[in-house]
Amino acid sequence: MLQYTLRRLAHSLVTVFLVVTAVFLLMRLLPVEGYFGDSYDKLTPEQREAVLRRMGLLDPWYVQLYRFYSDLLRGDLGVSIIYRPNVPVREILALKIPYSLAFGMAALGLSLVVGLAMGVHMALHKGGLWDKAWTGYVVFVNAVPAAVYHLFIQLYVTDIAGLPLLFSSFDPVSWILPTISMSLGGIAGYAMWVRRFMVDELNKDYIRLARAKGLPNRVIMIKHVMRNAFVPLAQYLPATVLLTIGGSIYIESLYSIPGMGGLLVDAIQRQDNPLVQALVLVYSVLAIIGLFLGDVLMTLFDPRIRLQRQGGTRW
Amino acid sequence: MTAREQRTIAGIEERLLFTLARRDATEAERTGYSDYSYWRSTLRVFLSNRTAVILLVLMTSLVLFTIVQPYLPGQKDPVRIHRDPETGLQLRNQKPGPEFWLGTNSIGQDLWARLWAGTRTSLLIAIIVGAWEISFGILVGALWGYVRPLESVITEIYNVIDNIPTTILLTLLAYIMRPSFQTMVVAMCATGWLGMARFVRNQIVIIRDREYNLASRCLGTPTSRIITKNLLPYLVSVIVLRMALSIPSTIGWEGFLTYIGLGLPLDQPTLGNLLNEGRQVMMAPSLRYQLIFPAAVLSVITISFYVLGNSFADASDPRNHF
Repeated sequence: MLQYTLRRLAHSLVTVFLVVTAVFLLMRLLPVEGYFGDSYDKLTPEQREAVLRRMGLLDPWYVQLYRFYSDLLRGDLGVSIIYRPNVPVREILALKIPYSLAFGMAALGLSLVVGLAMGVHMALHKGGLWDKAWTGYVVFVNAVPAAVYHLFIQLYVTDIAGLPLLFSSFDPVSWILPTISMSLGGIAGYAMWVRRFMVDELNKDYIRLARAKGLPNRVIMIKHVMRNAFVPLAQYLPATVLLTIGGSIYIESLYSIPGMGGLLVDAIQRQDNPLVQALVLVYSVLAIIGLFLGDVLMTLFDPRIRLQRQGGTRW
Repeated sequence: MTAREQRTIAGIEERLLFTLARRDATEAERTGYSDYSYWRSTLRVFLSNRTAVILLVLMTSLVLFTIVQPYLPGQKDPVRIHRDPETGLQLRNQKPGPEFWLGTNSIGQDLWARLWAGTRTSLLIAIIVGAWEISFGILVGALWGYVRPLESVITEIYNVIDNIPTTILLTLLAYIMRPSFQTMVVAMCATGWLGMARFVRNQIVIIRDREYNLASRCLGTPTSRIITKNLLPYLVSVIVLRMALSIPSTIGWEGFLTYIGLGLPLDQPTLGNLLNEGRQVMMAPSLRYQLIFPAAVLSVITISFYVLGNSFADASDPRNHF
């Protein structure tokens, strides 16, 4: 177990290194205008060069990369240029992360509870009316772009239910709708997974044996089917945290929640390069952590994996 | 054995009893002949799904319509700003009516024309990305599955790219390049092939070692025949499924990128652009038509392709053929 975890951790660290380096080098391809804000046109070419030199952007890329990593190891993510000029990115993030985290976790909890219940219900009544209705919901959520249905939820549900249109940290009622919206995708995902695995599991021979033994249906479901069906799910649990994060970029910005997602949209629209870079890095690292935790969690549930799997490839 | 049979056998020279039978392709064909045709069955199952057929007809006519729409009589230019002939003022936010079928937007452009121009652009992006996804995805997937030395290299590359959430990677790529049609296509092509490559690779790894392929190889079936008869039918259905599903997801990503400010310029309408324009005026209930029309067309397209893809996948599964 420990050996597997360590090997998997080493693999994740290598991936983090590769991803961070790739992102950093990609960001160097950006036109330098992005580092001036709106003052670019007012400066003489000499002044521009001086600004760039002071930022260290004229050094060769490997010097920049080295400096970037030594800053990063000290926890320095650079300073914002346009969004909050000269404020360390770390400070900005520290204000934003609690909101994203709170909403992400609330949405995750909600989607887990509702999604699992829905999936179990679908598997138990396979082919029935409810199964069809939930499948319709899943198809809708998967097929219609999030950009469309979230917008209409915000537009009409706030009207009908009398909920506030925008987020306010003082008004808990305004937290409801964003949380529900964020969990819609997760609910559909979990429901589909659980249904599929449970239906697969129900067709196996050992279930037939259990039935032949005369075990009551309830016991079969809880002790055999669910337990086995939830194993593959454990692997995807942390990874779907990312789904929530991904969806949250749009929702945070839609409801003006002062979280990281909204910040990313702001930073992109105002072309604050260091801020965009830092956010992209944070999101990527979060994703890698999520996948790592997923694989480790999976081995806790299913000891067979430790023996079978060698690397971090996920199929 | 009757006496007659004994005489017959005795009449055959001994060496003739043990000559190898020549392989005759037409004879082999005759014994192996069955009425079953994979594609005919697939088509039959697919056509028996009424919803899928209706959606297929709907989508085909929609695609054809977006192509011929500019050449129909009475169509307006999607980027022309219409002005009142007397006052010279822009005809802003006109309600749907006989002149402007779906009304005008906030600077006086004809929404009907913009809607179809946008659908055309969005579908074009989706089809280009889908085609790339298939060709590049299959290529990488096949190399990944077949060529052993490349396996670990591609696995590592895949893991690095796949570890970054698509949302973030797409955003980053679109941010680095300037917003344009090419940027949109390149960014989505750069991320889209991953799923396809993995799918093809997995299929190939699974199928290449199955008993029937082993048997085929032992019997000396040429590789080309193994590929076309044993592997391809499996892959083609998956490929068509992924193509169909990539269209709604590409259109969705396009909407997302446009929303965060990395979409196409406004003089190039896309469904994402129109949605964004509509969003800006949605707080006025009388102007919501500007949001609802593009959203409706977009949803119908994405749902249709999604359902079509899944129906086709079901139909192409031989287990559903009886």
